[in-house]
Amino acid sequence: MLVAHALWAQAEIPLDQRQSGSVLLSPSNLALQNDPGLHPASLWLLEGEALWKTPPSNNAPSCASCHGDAQTSMRDVATRYPRPRGAQLQNLEGQINQCRVQRQHQPAWPWESAPLLSVTSWVAHQAKGKAIDDFASPHLKADLAAGRDLFFQRMGQINLSCAQCHDQRWGQKLAGVVIPQAHPTGYPLYRLEWQGVGSLQRRLRNCMNAVRAEPYALGSLELTRLELYLMWRARGMPLEAPALRP
Amino acid sequence: MAQARTLITVPAQAKRGELVLVRALIQHPMENGFRHDENGRRIARDMIQSFRCSFNGKEVFRADLQGGIAANPLMQFTLLAQESGTLEFLWEGDNNFRAQAKAQLLVT
Repeated sequence: MLVAHALWAQAEIPLDQRQSGSVLLSPSNLALQNDPGLHPASLWLLEGEALWKTPPSNNAPSCASCHGDAQTSMRDVATRYPRPRGAQLQNLEGQINQCRVQRQHQPAWPWESAPLLSVTSWVAHQAKGKAIDDFASPHLKADLAAGRDLFFQRMGQINLSCAQCHDQRWGQKLAGVVIPQAHPTGYPLYRLEWQGVGSLQRRLRNCMNAVRAEPYALGSLELTRLELYLMWRARGMPLEAPALRP
Repeated sequence: MAQARTLITVPAQAKRGELVLVRALIQHPMENGFRHDENGRRIARDMIQSFRCSFNGKEVFRADLQGGIAANPLMQFTLLAQESGTLEFLWEGDNNFRAQAKAQLLVT
């Protein structure tokens, strides 16, 4: 028993064995992901680029008025989110909305709305290929620990934790599908099942529904902490947003 | 949204007699009218019904789109390059949906 317990405690994936979900893609889906002319998320990037450059209706500055060309100013920003902004832990979507409310004096875009996903994809895309931050800041310690607790927390009627599938049983099959390691390297991403682009938090809520737990709300502190832990878990891996998944 | 986002991929140049691969991607939900939302209400049908491509004013490709086609449909076809000109793309569908795009092809 003691031995088993010790194994469980160390069940995290060794750094050199980590792999992006892209390695599990079928050849045809991989071709879709890797060709911008075929990748449907390219349409969200076009929309995001237009929104970045266009001033909002109240003549407030556009994103580009302050940040300039996203290709230079945003080239590694997405690797560092979620991070604390003021007193609050903020993911990339939250940061974009905070800018929109405080600097552009516009109502925040709803979570998972098309404009928010488009701008987030556009910003995240600039960091494609860049290594994810190691989130070593002491300010993140408490949130990281809370996110880690959530990852190992059993939940729902099926009573599973994230770790039981994605740390301990990755590579095995769940209902005919290979269980991925769950590294959030490609978000926001185009999921064929969604027929559209969605955020990491939407994906996390999917998983919580699947274990018949009541999912946390989009934008909640819990989901953002879990997002932070997952990003830390994928530290050093290259971002590949927007990815494509089945 | 004023116009749906479209993405056309055509090689900028082609040799005379060469087969040219044309790809046209468009952002559209392709809602078939049979699905229900989480409150049990039927989601209204919203489909692209037809896609046409013309080259220098002459129709070269046409497709009717129906219920089984996924969101953000991609059209991919080949043309035989004979002269330089403009490719014009037109998507039409429910609720007066209409989207247009253009691409240039230079044949040498």
